[in-house]
Amino acid sequence: MDGTARQRALSASLLQRAGLWREADARTRRLSSGRSDDAADATHLADDYRLLAHDLARARTLLPDSRTREYLEAAYARAHATLHRGAWHIGSELLTLFRDEIPAVVRSLRPYIIWSTTIFALAALAGYALVHRYPELIALFASPDLIATVERGKLWTEGLLNIVPSSVLSVQILSRNISVSLFAYCAGFLFGLGTLYILGLNGLMLGAVFAFVSRHGLGGPLASFIVAHGCVELSVLCLSGAAGAAVGEALVRPTHAGRIESFRIAALRSGKLLIACVALLVGCGLIEGYVSPNPGVALWARLGVGVGYWLFMLALLSGRLFGRRAAHPR
Amino acid sequence: MSGPVRDLTVDSVTGIDVSLPVAGPGARAYAFLLDWHIRLIVALAWFVVGALLYNGRPSLAPPLSNDARWFGTVVAPALAIYFLYHCVLELAMRGSTPGKRMAGVRLVARDGGSPSAGALLTRNVFRLVDSLPLCYGVGLISVVLTRDHLRIGDMAAGTLLVFERAEARLPGSAAAAAPGAGHLDAAGAEIVAELLERWSTLNPEARQRLARQVLERYGGGEPAASGGDPDAAWRAELERLASSR
Repeated sequence: MDGTARQRALSASLLQRAGLWREADARTRRLSSGRSDDAADATHLADDYRLLAHDLARARTLLPDSRTREYLEAAYARAHATLHRGAWHIGSELLTLFRDEIPAVVRSLRPYIIWSTTIFALAALAGYALVHRYPELIALFASPDLIATVERGKLWTEGLLNIVPSSVLSVQILSRNISVSLFAYCAGFLFGLGTLYILGLNGLMLGAVFAFVSRHGLGGPLASFIVAHGCVELSVLCLSGAAGAAVGEALVRPTHAGRIESFRIAALRSGKLLIACVALLVGCGLIEGYVSPNPGVALWARLGVGVGYWLFMLALLSGRLFGRRAAHPR
Repeated sequence: MSGPVRDLTVDSVTGIDVSLPVAGPGARAYAFLLDWHIRLIVALAWFVVGALLYNGRPSLAPPLSNDARWFGTVVAPALAIYFLYHCVLELAMRGSTPGKRMAGVRLVARDGGSPSAGALLTRNVFRLVDSLPLCYGVGLISVVLTRDHLRIGDMAAGTLLVFERAEARLPGSAAAAAPGAGHLDAAGAEIVAELLERWSTLNPEARQRLARQVLERYGGGEPAASGGDPDAAWRAELERLASSR
């Protein structure tokens, strides 16, 4: 038998198996779309994968530019994706995330959390000192409306609920805070400089506004407004900043094969913390919409809410809220 | 810079690598535009229907004062549909969206499998960076400049957009495509099988011209002029060529 005839015979025998490929592909499609709960289908998948791999290898040699090869490539890729798709149990995955993974991320980010908190605190002090010494600089940090209101001896938060209902206020606040938090994380992509900028700017603004309202004798009322939601809100900003700083450092000093690989690993690992941050900011938004602007809530109650929510945050980040126990040395 | 379509090659336990054609900026932009239209239309539809029901008359005007019911039932859901569309659908459809499906692309992880939930969330968070300064400028530049056409979100999540090849089909039947012992090789057998399969969709002139070309190339004979239907005769000749073994 000469080479051409042999190749033709091999091609013919390969194409005779088209029925098997169709069956294998149909099973894969059923499984990948979740339309099949049939155990027989699932057990067949490994055999189908081997069959398609074997025949694809032959098709790549015998029929390199054919529709048959194209079909087998597609069917094989589909079988590969279906076979390598992890089971997805949303409940247990969320439990694992909050009980084990987020506490682990927090532990690994501890130096970044300390640094980002320090940067934020220093920026706040700098903002306070600047505006305390040069009050006219408040124009750099606050809007003319806010400045005018404070100069009239009032806080811009007074009567807020007469203008906007609590539910609307909550959603507006939480969406704005979530954007800032996510941006502080993403901005780490700019080698950490973006995160540094967001932490610094927010710290400066907080310090500057506090200095300005204190000059007008409104420091106490502003602290009273902030205390219920601010403890967690500011902590979450520092946590997001820490996650962004980790992403930035992975780009500046790659720990793996390349910068992009390091970036990917750092982003995926520290990004888990953002899920907790977003959840906490939803709570902050609700407190800021319903409790903080409500003049009927006494200071002690606000303090209780603020401290309680902050302790809740600690329990969440340590995993204890979901049954994780602290590791004790034996 | 972007070049011809390149394949992502993934090792497999079988020893036969999986080859996935990476989607370029064009396919990405097409899928995005489809998704953008879908989410805009759905969000607008929600807003319009919600506003009409809220007002109880043909008016889309918001209430004069801030009203929680207006915000909660009309504005907030419409905004949620628009802004959470990619995030929610990519999670629910395991890396796909209606737009991606229509464009024939899907998201995969670097190992060729479906991306994890964490990867999909990370990819969507980085839209904040990719969408800067406007119209996905950063993302577009990144897609054009990187070898695998990745935006920043893909780099962070370890994902790629690949062509689905869902439309890849086998020729009509195994027997039709199998080469015989005559002049027909495997490629020719496929061409004949495809022509026979599409015979009824082609106009008679075109299919007879194609049949003549195929028969000339693979050594089949012209149908005998018997005075019958010439179209049927060309088809019969092709079938004879396909079944010769």
